[in-house]
Amino acid sequence: MFARVAWLVLRKDIAIEVRSREILYTTLFFAVSCVLVFSFSFVREGRAVPDAAAGILWIAIAFAGTLALGRTFERERYGETLRALLLAPAPRPAIYVGKLLGIVALLGVAELLLVPLIAVLFQAELFDRPLLLIALLSTGTLGFASVGTLFAAMLVRARTRDVLLPILLYPITVPVMIAGVRGTSALLATPPDEPSAIMWIAMLACFDVVFVTLALWTFEPLMIE
Amino acid sequence: MSGDFESVALVDVSRHFGRRRAVSHVSMTARAGEIVGLLGPNGAGKSTLLNLLATLAAPTSGSIRFGDRESRGSMPALRRRIGLLAHELHLYPELTARQNLAFFAQLYGIDGTARVNSALEDAGLAERADEEVAGFSRGMRQRIALERALLHDPRLVLLDEPFTGLDDRAGTRISERLRRLAAAGAIVILATHDLDLAAGLVSRIVVIRDGRVASDEPATAELRARYRSVIGTRT
Amino acid sequence: MRRIFTPLTIVVAIMFACSPILIAGAPYESTMGLIQKIFYYHVPSWFAMFTGVFTCGIASIVYLFRGRPDADRVAASAAEIAVVFGLIGLVTGPMWARKAWGVWWQWDAKLTMALLVEMIFVGYLLVRKYGGPGSDKLAAAVAIFGMANVPFVYESVNIWRTVHPKTSVVPELARTAPGMAGPFWFCVLAFMLLFALLLTARIDLERRRAALDALYLAEED
Repeated sequence: MFARVAWLVLRKDIAIEVRSREILYTTLFFAVSCVLVFSFSFVREGRAVPDAAAGILWIAIAFAGTLALGRTFERERYGETLRALLLAPAPRPAIYVGKLLGIVALLGVAELLLVPLIAVLFQAELFDRPLLLIALLSTGTLGFASVGTLFAAMLVRARTRDVLLPILLYPITVPVMIAGVRGTSALLATPPDEPSAIMWIAMLACFDVVFVTLALWTFEPLMIE
Repeated sequence: MSGDFESVALVDVSRHFGRRRAVSHVSMTARAGEIVGLLGPNGAGKSTLLNLLATLAAPTSGSIRFGDRESRGSMPALRRRIGLLAHELHLYPELTARQNLAFFAQLYGIDGTARVNSALEDAGLAERADEEVAGFSRGMRQRIALERALLHDPRLVLLDEPFTGLDDRAGTRISERLRRLAAAGAIVILATHDLDLAAGLVSRIVVIRDGRVASDEPATAELRARYRSVIGTRT
Repeated sequence: MRRIFTPLTIVVAIMFACSPILIAGAPYESTMGLIQKIFYYHVPSWFAMFTGVFTCGIASIVYLFRGRPDADRVAASAAEIAVVFGLIGLVTGPMWARKAWGVWWQWDAKLTMALLVEMIFVGYLLVRKYGGPGSDKLAAAVAIFGMANVPFVYESVNIWRTVHPKTSVVPELARTAPGMAGPFWFCVLAFMLLFALLLTARIDLERRRAALDALYLAEED
């Protein structure tokens, strides 16, 4: 029942997105413009400041993710459909999981675009250890999205939701940012520093477990008015 | 354990935010077969009461009983027996009518297309089933939304301003539908401004003013006059 | 609660009055001279702040899952006080660093972690103030997530900083001379009592605010 409902919610979101592709295109374009804007700050005489590539990648993911979260829940606010989902005889945390998977999928697509882009723009050898990079990106994105989905859902009815989401989300996801950036830098070092990267991936995995659990636990009491 | 029940009761229910009182010490009962009209001026607390009955909100004090069971915490089995048609309609504008109904049907565990097709028929929108809801008029969306609320044959049917933006024919259709539901044993509670449509339809009226029950009595033919005398002509 | 207020105020006032005497009498730390003595107020501030953080977090859990309004009052009060003590720590830290090492801020692991936790709880206060109706539950979620985040923030910032080793602003207590322990723990006690005093006063204020709201509501009955 739980998995079924989460899947239904995810499939519904994908169905809506496939029609208009609005969130997808705008998020992708925003991520790319983020990268470009930061490039102007960190590229001097044609070469990037060391470690800039790692930092810019994760900042772009965070900023694009925040925007995507806001837009996804704005859709549920429109017809108050979030209420309809909560009314269903489904375990309410399943709705959270469905939304979470949707955001992770969206950010995953963005990362498919961002990683090659940054590799090219900053001459960064991101593809040396592809499996570790994928593990790092997935655990990090999941960590960011787990907190982000919960906060975006709970802020749906708040007045100043647009500004409160980043204010609340960024400090709490700093460990994800640190782990992501340092892990990516470790992979970009010559030779790639695998033990460090694995250590950061492990920390991110712990973060994911703790915060997804917390989110599942607190979702229902937060959604009841 | 089946979540079914024959009556729903609000027992001294209050819901307030700091100093803002949405609902205060409301007690009322509704039974199977009744159509209860919640009447009252804007901001009186009718929508809050419907939210409380739908278990979407929790009271600050008092309790809500479904049958002989008090609603407490998470009760998915209970939600299976509740249907809500809210003012905001709960439809995804980007999806078609069929997709909207199919999504909610599956969410409620109703498999197959038979139920969705008959719902589209009942709404009179079978020919336009595969158009996006965003292109529908308010009245058409209301009809789909009503069918969505009734897909799972709920025992408790809650409606918030179901006649808004409807023409006379559509309004009559809905009234007919609600009468049939009540006759089949549903508990129908509707909040409305439309005193004329309510007059022929409801068996009981509960007048809400400033979050309190101003009057709870069987409906008569002179609904508008009775409402005016309870509320007064000041709004 | 109100009965211990006055004796507690007196005790705290006396302890703070005595503390400079004790601090002056403590031995000097070898490298930093006089400025090191700021640590007698700096570190206890952190103790008080994190006590506030965990009080807020636990009270928020109780509020979110049991709905008890007194838990909400404790959480709101504890958050404010945590932010205040955090501010003391964040101001005294750079003051110390400037005099001891010449720079205001060098991304010391503990100071950075404290800054992040401070920001999370400032976020808590912002949500309570600007979040609109229902913001008390939203803030409770922020507090719970913030509290759960403390070990992660600590570990990640710590590892991040040990890659670039710099002198830590807060020397390990084990390295301190025995003469420092006495005044240090005295100051810790003083700060914790101050925390308790402020928390009591603040919760009382919240309770009166709630009573006033209840009177407003009752008035219209």
